[in-house]
Amino acid sequence: MGNASTRRAGTLRRRPRAGWLRAGNVLPAVAALTALFLVLAALVPGWLAPADPLAIDPVAAFRGPSGAHWLGTDESGRDIYSRIVHGARPSLLIGAAATALGLGLALLLGLAAGLGGRWLDAGVGRIVEVLLALPGLLLALVFIALAGPGVATTIVAVGLSTAPGYARIIRTQVRALRTSPMIEAARVLGHSPARILARHLLPNALGPVLVLATLGIGQAVVWASALSFLGLGEAPPAPEWGAMLAAGRTYLGFAWWMTFFPGLAIVATAASSTVLGRSLQRRAVGA
Amino acid sequence: MSAAPLLRVDGLDVGFGGTPVVQDVSLYIGRGECLALVGESGSGKSVTARALLGLAGRGSRVAVRTLDFDGTNLSGAGQRAWRRLRGSRIGLVLQDALVSLDPLRTVGREIDDALRLHTALSPAERAAKVAGLLESMGLAAADAGRRAGELSGGMRQRALIAAAMALDPDLLIADEPTTALDAEAQAQVLDLLAGLRAGGSSLLLISHDLAVVSAVADRVAIMRGGRILEQGPTDQVLTSPEHEYTRMLLRAVPAGRPRGTRLSAPTGRSDARPHAPDAKLLDSSPSIGGPVLEARNLVRAFPVPGGGILHAADDVSLRVEAGRTLGLVGASGSGKSTTARILLGLDVPASGTVKLFGEPWVPLPEASRRPRRTRLGAIYQDPLSSFDPRRRVGAILADALAAATTGGAPEGAHDPAGLLQLVGLEPALAGRHPSTLSGGQRQRVAIARALAPGPRVLICDEPVSALDVSVQAQILDLLDDLQARLGLGYLFISHDLAVVRHVSDRLAVMRDGRIVESGPTEQVFAEPRHEYTRALLAASPTLATDTSD
Repeated sequence: MGNASTRRAGTLRRRPRAGWLRAGNVLPAVAALTALFLVLAALVPGWLAPADPLAIDPVAAFRGPSGAHWLGTDESGRDIYSRIVHGARPSLLIGAAATALGLGLALLLGLAAGLGGRWLDAGVGRIVEVLLALPGLLLALVFIALAGPGVATTIVAVGLSTAPGYARIIRTQVRALRTSPMIEAARVLGHSPARILARHLLPNALGPVLVLATLGIGQAVVWASALSFLGLGEAPPAPEWGAMLAAGRTYLGFAWWMTFFPGLAIVATAASSTVLGRSLQRRAVGA
Repeated sequence: MSAAPLLRVDGLDVGFGGTPVVQDVSLYIGRGECLALVGESGSGKSVTARALLGLAGRGSRVAVRTLDFDGTNLSGAGQRAWRRLRGSRIGLVLQDALVSLDPLRTVGREIDDALRLHTALSPAERAAKVAGLLESMGLAAADAGRRAGELSGGMRQRALIAAAMALDPDLLIADEPTTALDAEAQAQVLDLLAGLRAGGSSLLLISHDLAVVSAVADRVAIMRGGRILEQGPTDQVLTSPEHEYTRMLLRAVPAGRPRGTRLSAPTGRSDARPHAPDAKLLDSSPSIGGPVLEARNLVRAFPVPGGGILHAADDVSLRVEAGRTLGLVGASGSGKSTTARILLGLDVPASGTVKLFGEPWVPLPEASRRPRRTRLGAIYQDPLSSFDPRRRVGAILADALAAATTGGAPEGAHDPAGLLQLVGLEPALAGRHPSTLSGGQRQRVAIARALAPGPRVLICDEPVSALDVSVQAQILDLLDDLQARLGLGYLFISHDLAVVRHVSDRLAVMRDGRIVESGPTEQVFAEPRHEYTRALLAASPTLATDTSD
């Protein structure tokens, strides 16, 4: 009934707040700004931090935050701010690539289970359940133990461990869509199975997963940093947040900035992707 | 009946966030009287009813000059006062009993709730009262132990009425109580409501259906756009309506209108009508009356959870002819939709065959069937769910046109704009998203899409069941026009006898997966041979009015 929509409009107006400045908007706006900064840092780090992240200056080692070094320096006198800005690229790259890999793998598994027969569905289902039963990070560690450390293995390891969750969602979506009136209408029109899959089934099955993947990128960044922290990802002295955390740990007692700021960068990345993902989710549900 | 009415409302206004939804509504309900509030979606009838219960909702602004219930002034009453009245003095029955009843609790406990809250009866007395209530509603006392999901739609609705009647309220407000029910269940609930009124309860019946209302109500108030247009004794309003809108509503009711009569008034817009008949187009199609879709001895059964077998189609044979309409009527669960799915090649029968233009159609591998799918189209009850939610109208139609083989699409409708004009819509609608369209516009888009590949047969599965009566009239007229112009054969599936009678040349009555009777529509209506057909006819409310103008 038309009444429902008018009522919803009514409840919105019941809480008068100044323009767009509402609690529901401030957080996504801050998250979007953070994400913008991170993406810029990853694409053009030179703009944001002209200093060389690898330049050593032993005289200026262990300096606290100051005008010359906004976020202080590390044990070799390298500028932490520059290292964090330049560290955005490997972190985000690993996060995005791992998520993309996880999604791709999940798509194969989810489509096989969703479109295949009962046996294929059951088989894929059991594999996904076994993978879900193991903690993701443990799965990644096992893979790195087998394949050796490095950026590429980190991407594959994190991608592998995120795939089962996505696969399960895609399978459910495909199962529901397969018998939906919308797909049946396309079949009745005489479209080929390939066209139905590409133009109706996939886009609609992927929509909710893509929103979820926005949340997943933050998670993947955290995991990639964790692996670097353990010395299994990007190797020092390359600027990478997890590796910076590990390096600063030894000096935590007197040079807190060496761990605090890289940690803050990880938290900010994860938090902004989560907030953005959630607001996308809400918008998708509300539509 | 005492002189003072039970409920008297004068000058009721309800607004949401500055938008008036109900304006200056005045009505009264006498003791033991039934007032029907009739209007289409968005007319404000439900908001009016809720305001009378103090339930207008958050964000609403309610203003009323007089709101008098049984001698008590209720204008400006607080929530506490309303809670005392609701349940005990005024009962409410909603449209969908499935969502109104808690699925995890038994029906008996639902009814018991009101008794526990408002009376000092002992548990044993309450149990006896619940059993008595259920029996008075035509249910078994044992039904108290069942949950909502275990009852049929009609039983659920009666259980809900039992819950509303638990405290013997003076006034019962029923909001579309029979809309979700099929003809038989609707007849049972209407009987029940009539019985309650005869027993001295006052009734406010809210409905979009004039035929339902005419069976029960003493007086009728017609609502539109938040205002009451006309109010008076049922007979008077139905036989000599004063307002043009009421006349339009009455004209739109398909009951008793012979095939081919227009139900909607001409809109006056030239592009709102399909173009004149296209002689060239009809050349290639089979002559009117020739068989286009023939089903023979279809059998399809489903295992039922907990053992047993549901015979959804049991030896079903039927024939759709070019340029003619076959009506398929039956209660919910009678197997109509399963039959439609088999005909569309979406479900495989256990045995039996379907032929399309004399060629094998079912059973057949999908790959060899697909090239001929363009000849068979379908429209559904809920068009919105059959559209890709990511696409706009134009993209949906373009996608359907891509399925058409050369020369498939109807003349002048080779692009989305042409298709939209064919079904009486503005081409500008192509840029809209289906969710922003009205129900009638959505169904027109669905028809346009079905026509895009140039089908010769349309399977229409409850195409107007979700529409307001005036919109229903327009869609039925449109289908009629398109049939005349394009020579289409229709299989028209509906639970609504009046609609089926209006659109069909031939009629098949279905029950429990079997076609119990079939024949020329008027013959089936005039001399029903099967007892089930007779029961269906008796259960269908009719509008005994003469509105020929």
